Amino acid sequence: MLGYTITQWIFGILSFLAIMFALMVVFSRNPVNSVLYLVMTFFCIAGHYLLMNAQFLAIVHIVVYAGAIMVLFLFVIMLMNLNHDTEPKSKWLPKTIAIIAGGMMLFVLVGSLKGTEQLNLSSYGASQIGTVKNLGKVLFSEFLFPFEIASILLLAAMVGAIMIGKREIK
Amino acid sequence: MIKLIALVPLFPLIGFLINGFFGKKLSKSLSGIIASVSILASFVLSVLIFVELQGSAQKSHIIEAFSWINSGTLHIPFEFLVDPLSSLFLLIITGIGFLIHVYSIGYMHDDEGFSRFFTYLNLFVFFMLLLVLGNNYLIMFVGWEGVGLCSYLLIGFWFKNTAYNNAARKAFVMNRIGDLGFLLGIILIFVTFGSISFNEVFDKAGTVGTSVITAIALLLFIGAMGKSAQIPLYTWLPDAMAGPTPVSALIHAATMVTAGIYMVTRSNIFYSISDVASEVVAITGVVTALFAATIGLLQNDIKKILAYSTVSQLGLMFLGLGVGAYSSAVFHVTTHAFFKALLFLGAGSVIHAMGGEQDIRKMGGLSNHIKITFWTMFIGTIAISGIPPFSGFFSKDEILAHTYEHSPVLWFLGMVTSMLTVFYMCRMLFLTFYGKFRGTHEQEHHLHESPKSMTIPLMVLALLAAAGGLLGLPEFLHLPNWMHHNLESVIKRPDPMTMDHDKELILMGLAVLAAGTVWFFAHMMYRVNKVLPAAKEEQLKPWQKLIYNKYWVDEIYDAVIRKPLDFLSDIFYKFMDIAMIDGIVNGVGSAVKGVGSVVRLAQQGSIGFYVISMVLGVVFIVLLTFLIK
Amino acid sequence: MINGISINYYLLLSAVLFIIGAVGVMARRNSIIIFMCIELMLNAVNLLLVAFSTLHGDASGQVFVFFIMAVAAAEVAVGLAILSMIYRNVKSIDTDLLSNLKN
Repeated sequence: MLGYTITQWIFGILSFLAIMFALMVVFSRNPVNSVLYLVMTFFCIAGHYLLMNAQFLAIVHIVVYAGAIMVLFLFVIMLMNLNHDTEPKSKWLPKTIAIIAGGMMLFVLVGSLKGTEQLNLSSYGASQIGTVKNLGKVLFSEFLFPFEIASILLLAAMVGAIMIGKREIK
Repeated sequence: MIKLIALVPLFPLIGFLINGFFGKKLSKSLSGIIASVSILASFVLSVLIFVELQGSAQKSHIIEAFSWINSGTLHIPFEFLVDPLSSLFLLIITGIGFLIHVYSIGYMHDDEGFSRFFTYLNLFVFFMLLLVLGNNYLIMFVGWEGVGLCSYLLIGFWFKNTAYNNAARKAFVMNRIGDLGFLLGIILIFVTFGSISFNEVFDKAGTVGTSVITAIALLLFIGAMGKSAQIPLYTWLPDAMAGPTPVSALIHAATMVTAGIYMVTRSNIFYSISDVASEVVAITGVVTALFAATIGLLQNDIKKILAYSTVSQLGLMFLGLGVGAYSSAVFHVTTHAFFKALLFLGAGSVIHAMGGEQDIRKMGGLSNHIKITFWTMFIGTIAISGIPPFSGFFSKDEILAHTYEHSPVLWFLGMVTSMLTVFYMCRMLFLTFYGKFRGTHEQEHHLHESPKSMTIPLMVLALLAAAGGLLGLPEFLHLPNWMHHNLESVIKRPDPMTMDHDKELILMGLAVLAAGTVWFFAHMMYRVNKVLPAAKEEQLKPWQKLIYNKYWVDEIYDAVIRKPLDFLSDIFYKFMDIAMIDGIVNGVGSAVKGVGSVVRLAQQGSIGFYVISMVLGVVFIVLLTFLIK
Repeated sequence: MINGISINYYLLLSAVLFIIGAVGVMARRNSIIIFMCIELMLNAVNLLLVAFSTLHGDASGQVFVFFIMAVAAAEVAVGLAILSMIYRNVKSIDTDLLSNLKN
C-alpha cells in the first residue's frame, strides 16, 4: 500500500490520532472534553505499546491511566462542578509567548535529531521482553527493592491525599 | 606500672573536668580536695613509675596511647616517653604541684573563684605532664601551648583588674613570639628528618649538615626563650606576678618556665652538634642572669624580687645548657623548683599575713610574728645563695664549674650573678623579717601565722630545699652523683668534666667565700646600719633609677616595636581593612541587594510565567550543549 | 509483531507530544487541565522509554515505565487532593488567581 508496510501504516495512523487528541486536550474549552480526549490519547499510546510488543504495559497503561487516573480526574471535575467553561477569555500575550516557547523547544529537539543514525526497532527482534512473565521476573528480582519502595510511596500518597482532602475539624 | 603512664596526665584531666563542670555546685573544701587528690594520685603513680624505671635495665620506654594523626605518609602516634628525664620532671611537677594545691586550699580560701582556680590549676598540670611525657615534638607542642594558655588564664585570674589582664595578655603575646620559633623549628625538623619522634630524629641527627642543625637548634631556642623568659622575651615573667601567689610558685617558678630547659635538654644532641647554637644559648643565659639579677637589686615588691630572681636563675640554667652541662642544668631545675617554690609560697604566706601588702618597705620585723614562714624562707634564702650544704650550692656550683672549663669569662659573669643573687635575697629577707615594723598599726594587729594547709607545704619544701643537694653530690668527693648518672642515657653526646679536683675545690671555695662576703656585706648594710630603700623614686641616684625602672626595657620595647606596629596597623586598618576589604565585602552586598531589588519583580507568583521561563531555560541549555560541541 | 520503524520516528512523536503538553501547561490557566497536560508529558516520556527498551532488548526501560505509572498515580492522588482543598478555600482553580505565595 503506497510503498509502506502495514506496521508503518498503523504507526502513522496511531501517531496522527495521538497528536490530534493531544492537541484537542489542550485546546478544548470544557474540562470534561479534555479528559475524554486525553483518554483517547492514552488509547493511542497503548496501541503504540502493543506495536512494540509491550503487551503487559499496554494493558496496565489502559487500566491505570484510562481506568483509574482519568476517572479520578472526572470525579474531581464533577465533584467541584467544573464541567462548564470557567476559564475567562485569557489575554493573547501569554498564549503567544507559550506557543513561541513551545515552538522553540520543538525546533531545538527536532534539530537535535538531525543527522542521527537510523536504527530500526526490528533489527533486534526483541519480541519476548514485554511479556508478563519476563517483566515479572525482572521486577521481582533486579528491581525488587524499588518495587517495595513504590508500594510505600503509594501508601504514603493515599494517606496524604486523605489527610489533605478531609475537612478540618472545627 | 610503666604501662599505666597514660593515667598520670589523666588524673589531673579528670580533676579538671569535675571542677570545670560541677565546680560551682561543689563546696569549696570538696572542690579543693578533688583537685589535690587528683594530683596526689598522679604523684603516687609517678613515684611508682620512677622506682620501677630506676630498677629496670631498659631506660627508655615508649608507650603508644593511640594513633593520633594518620594522613598519607604522615603518621604521628600519640606516644608517651618514659625515661629518666621525663620521670624526674614527672616527680617535680606532680610533687610540687601537689604541695602547691594543698597550699592553695588555704591561700585561696576566701576567693570567690575558688573552684575556677583549681580547674585552671589541674588543667595546667595536665598540659605540663603532656609536655614532658610526649614522645614527639607535636605532643610537646600541644602541652607547650596548653601551659601557655593556663598561664594566661591564671595570670589574669582576677580579671576584674585591668592591669592584671594586661599582664596576662603580655605574657601570652611574648610566649606566642617564642612559640612561633618553636613551631618553625618543629616544621624544619619534620622537613629535614621526615619525622618528629624523638628517637627517630635523634638517631638521624648526626647524618645531616651542621648548618641545618644550627637552624633547628636556634629556632627551638627561640621557643625556649619565650617560655623560660630569656632576653629579649623575659619581660612577661615579672608582670606575670599579677596572678595568685601559688600560681607564681607553680607555673612561674617551678614548672612551666623550666619547660624551655626541658626542651633544650631533650634536644641536647642538636646543641652538642652545633657549637654556634650552644654558644648562643650560653651567652643569652649568662646575660639574662646578670641583667635580671641587677634589676632584682632594687625592687621593692616581694614577688617582683623573686620573679627577677627566677629569670636570673633560669639564665644560669641556660648557661649550663650552653656549656654542655645538661644534667647539671636539670639538677638546678630540680633544686630551683624546691627553693623557689618555697620562697614564693613563703612570700605568699607573708602577703597573707600582711593582708595583701606586697611592698617590702612596709614590712619589717615579721620574724617574731610568723615564725614558721620566717624559718622556711630563711632556709630558702640560704639555699638559693649557694651556701653549703644546702641544695642551691651543689647545683649552681656544678654549672659554674662546667662554665669555667668552657670559658673563664662566662664563669666570672656567672659568679657576679650569684653574688648579686645573695645580695638581693638577703636584702629581701632582712627588710622583711628584721628591724621594726614599718606598716600601719592596723596591719601589725592583723599579723598572724598562716593556716596549717599553708605551713605544712612550706615545711616539706624547706626540707627538700635543704636536702635536695644529695641528688647530685660533686664527684671529687668520690660520692655518687646520682643526677649525673641517672641522666646518662638521655644525654646523647656527653661532655664530661675533665677539670682536676684541686681546681674544682678552689672554685668551690671561691664561690662560698664570695657568697659569705656578700651575705656579710648585706648584713652590715641592712641589719647593722639599717639602710632602708628610698620611699620615693626621686630620692634615688641616677644609676639606681636606671635599675629601679628595669633599664626602661618595657618602654624601649614600647617605643621600638609596639609603636611602629601600632602605626602600621593603623595604616593597614584604614587603607586595607576599611577601604579595600570592607569596600569589597560591602560592595558585593549592595550589588546583590541592587540586583535583587530589580529581579524581585519577576517573582510575581504567576505559575505560567515560571513555566515559560523554565521552558526557555531548557531550550537555552540544549542549545548551549550543541554550541559547545 | 515485529515492526520496522526507525527509532527517530518515536523520538519525533514523543517530542511532539511532550511539546503539546508543555504548551498546554504554559498556555492554559485551569489547574485541572494543566495537570492533565503534565500527564501527557509523562506519557511522552514513557513512550520513548518503551521504544528504547524495545530497541535495546532490555526490560529495564519497561520496568521504569511501570514505576513512572506508580509515581504518576501517587502524584495525581495527592495533587487532586490539593486542588480540591484549594477549590474549597478559594472557590477557583485559576492559576492566575493563585498567585499569592502566602495568605
